[in-house]
Amino acid sequence: MSGLSLHKKLEENIGLLIFGILFVSSLGGLVQILPLLNQDMTEAAKNTRVYSALELTGRDIYIREGCSVCHSQQVRPLIAEIERYGPYSRAEEFIYDRPFLWGSKRTGPDLHRVGGKFSDDWHRVHLVDPRAVVSESIMPGYPWLARRNATQAGNIVAKMRGLRYLGHPYSDEDIEAAPGQLEGLKEIDALIVYLQRLGTAYTGERSQ
Amino acid sequence: MIDVNNSTYHDKVVIRLIQFSVIWAVVAMTVGVYLSAELIWPTIDFGQFWLSFGRLRPLHTNGILFGFGVSALMGTAFYSVQRTSHVPLFAPKLAWFCCFAWQLVVLTGGISLLGGMTSSKEYAELEWPFDIAITIVWVCFGIVFFGTIATRKIKQIYISNWFYGSLIIVIAMLHIVNSLAIPVSLTKSYSIYAGAQDAVVQWWYGHNAVGFLMTGGYLGMMYYFLPKQAGRPIWSYRLSVVAFWAFVYSYIWAGPHHLHFSAIPEWVQSLAVVMSIILLLPSWASMINGIMTVSTAWEKLKTDPALKFIVLSLAFYGLATFEGPMMALRSVNVVSHFTDWTIGHVHSGALGWNAMVTYGTFYFLVPRLVGVELHSVRLANIHFWLALAGTMLYIIAMWGAGVSQGLLWLSIDEIGELSFSFKDIMSSMTPYYALRLVAGLIFLGGTVLMAYNLFMTLKGRDAVVVKVPPVDPAYGVNS
Repeated sequence: MSGLSLHKKLEENIGLLIFGILFVSSLGGLVQILPLLNQDMTEAAKNTRVYSALELTGRDIYIREGCSVCHSQQVRPLIAEIERYGPYSRAEEFIYDRPFLWGSKRTGPDLHRVGGKFSDDWHRVHLVDPRAVVSESIMPGYPWLARRNATQAGNIVAKMRGLRYLGHPYSDEDIEAAPGQLEGLKEIDALIVYLQRLGTAYTGERSQ
Repeated sequence: MIDVNNSTYHDKVVIRLIQFSVIWAVVAMTVGVYLSAELIWPTIDFGQFWLSFGRLRPLHTNGILFGFGVSALMGTAFYSVQRTSHVPLFAPKLAWFCCFAWQLVVLTGGISLLGGMTSSKEYAELEWPFDIAITIVWVCFGIVFFGTIATRKIKQIYISNWFYGSLIIVIAMLHIVNSLAIPVSLTKSYSIYAGAQDAVVQWWYGHNAVGFLMTGGYLGMMYYFLPKQAGRPIWSYRLSVVAFWAFVYSYIWAGPHHLHFSAIPEWVQSLAVVMSIILLLPSWASMINGIMTVSTAWEKLKTDPALKFIVLSLAFYGLATFEGPMMALRSVNVVSHFTDWTIGHVHSGALGWNAMVTYGTFYFLVPRLVGVELHSVRLANIHFWLALAGTMLYIIAMWGAGVSQGLLWLSIDEIGELSFSFKDIMSSMTPYYALRLVAGLIFLGGTVLMAYNLFMTLKGRDAVVVKVPPVDPAYGVNS
C-alpha cells in the first residue's frame, strides 16, 4: 500500500483522523516535557528555602495584581544582565514557585534580584505612588494595598495545606502559626516582605 | 443523486456567534487602546484596582483570543462543516449551548480577571472554575463538530475540517494539561508544576495556543472561505495535506523558544530553535497555497473587499511566520526577548493575520447568511485601508521600541559599565508608545466601522433557509 492510499483512509475516517492528530501533536510535548517532570530536585531543594506565610501572601498579591505582566523574574546569563540585576537565575531557585513568575516582558526592570536593593520604606512609598520616588516611572500606583489587611488576601491555612499536598515542606506548627503572622499587617507589608526575599532564598553555590 | 430528506442547514447559531465575535472585538480592542494609553499616562487608572494595567491586560488578551477569536472560529466551523459534510449540524441544541455558554464563560471570566482572580499563566489566566467550564464547552464543541463529520454524506473530509479539528483536539489537550492545579479556594489554585517545569509546560501551552487557535483554526477558515470567495478550488490539495501534518507535528516543539537563556535545559532550547526554523515550511506552504488559489482571480480584488482582506491576511501570515522563527534564533532572541518587539510580533499576527482573515470572512459570510448585499461596500473598503494602516503603524512602532530596548539594555561602554540606566531607556519609549496608541485607534476605528456595517446588513433580517443540496453519488459515502 502506498503512502497516498494509506492517507486516503485517513481522509475518509474521522476516528483515524482524530487519533492521527492526537498522536502527531503529542510527540513534541512528550519528548520535551516528560524528562523535566521526572527530574529529581531533592538535592537542589535543600539549598532553597520555602516561602513563609507572609512571603507566600505577598507572592499571591504579586500574582493578583499582575506584576508579572510587566516585570520578569529571570536574569539571563549575559554580562549586561548580571551587571544590571545580579547573578543569573538558576532552576533550583524556583522549585517552590507555583506558578513560575518568569514573565515575558520587561516594561519595568527584572525583579529576580530586587531583594535587599531598596529599603522597606522606599517600597512602601513606591508601591502606593511610584512617581514620588522615580519621577519618570510609568508604573501604576497600588493605594489599596496599604488599606487592605494581609488576612484579606486569601485563607493562608488552606493555601499552605494545598502546597504541602504538592510537596512543600510545611510542618503542622508552620501552618498553625500562619494566621498569627499576618495579624495586624497590611497587604503592602506582605508584598514588601516577598519583594525583599526575591533572589535571596538560595544558599548553595553560585557562580557569577 | 441522493436527496438528503429536505433537511436544512443550521445557520442562526452561526449569525449569533458572529455577532458575539464582533462585540468582543470592539470591547477587547478598546481595552487594548486604553492599556496603550496607560503606558503613556500611568495615572489614568485613577487608583481603581479594576483599571490597573496588570489586571486589564489579561482581559485584553483573553477577550481577543477567547471572545473575538473562538466565537469567530466556532461560528465559521459550524458553517463550513455543514457545507463540506452535506448534513445539518449534529446536535443543534448542543451547538446553541456552546454558543451561549461560551459567551457566559468569557464574560464572567473577564470580570474575574478584573477582580484579581488569575493563575498568571499567559493566555491561561482564568482560575480553575473557569478552566472546568471551558473544558465542558470545548468537549460539546467537539461533539457537535466531529458528530457532524461522522454523519456526513460526502466521502472525503475536506481539508478545512482537519484544521478546525486540530484546533479542537490540540487545544483541549493543551488546556487540560497546563491547567492542572490544586484548588485552595473558589478563587485560587496552585499549579501542580513548579518553577522551570511549570515554565516549560506553560510555554508548550502558550506557544501552541497561538499555534492551534490563532494558526490552525484560522487556517481552517482560510481553506474554506478563500476558495469560496475566489471561486477557485484550492491550488494544490496535496500541498495542503502535507502542510497540515507538518504543521501539527512541528508546531508543538517550538514552545521553549519563549524561554531562551532561562533556567531550563539547553537541549530543550536548542531543539525548539531547530523546530521553529522547520516550522517556516508548513507555514509558508499554506500561505503560498492560499495566494496561488487567488492567482487566476486577481481582478476580483478590485471590487471585493472581503477577498482583499483575506489575501492581505495571508501576506501578514507569511510575514509573522517568518519573523517568528527568526526571533527563535538565540542571537536575535537575545535582543528581542522581554521587549516590545514581541508585542509587535504578536500584533502582526493578531491584527494582520487573525483579525483580517476574520474580517474578510465576515464581509463574505454575513450578507450571504441573510440573503442581501453588504450594507456598504464603500465602508468596507475604508475599513480595509484603516486596518492596513493601523497594523503597519503598530508593527513599526513596536519594532522601533523593541529593537531600541533590546540593544540599549545590552549596551556596555569601553570600561565594561552599563551605558544606560533602565529608567532612561524606558522613559525614551514615549514617542513609540504614542505612535502605537494612534495605530491602535486607527485599527479600532476600522473595526467599529465593520460592526456598524454588519449591524446594518443584519438589521431586522433572519437567516436564509438553505436546503442541504443533493450529493453526487460519485462523492457520496455510500458509493
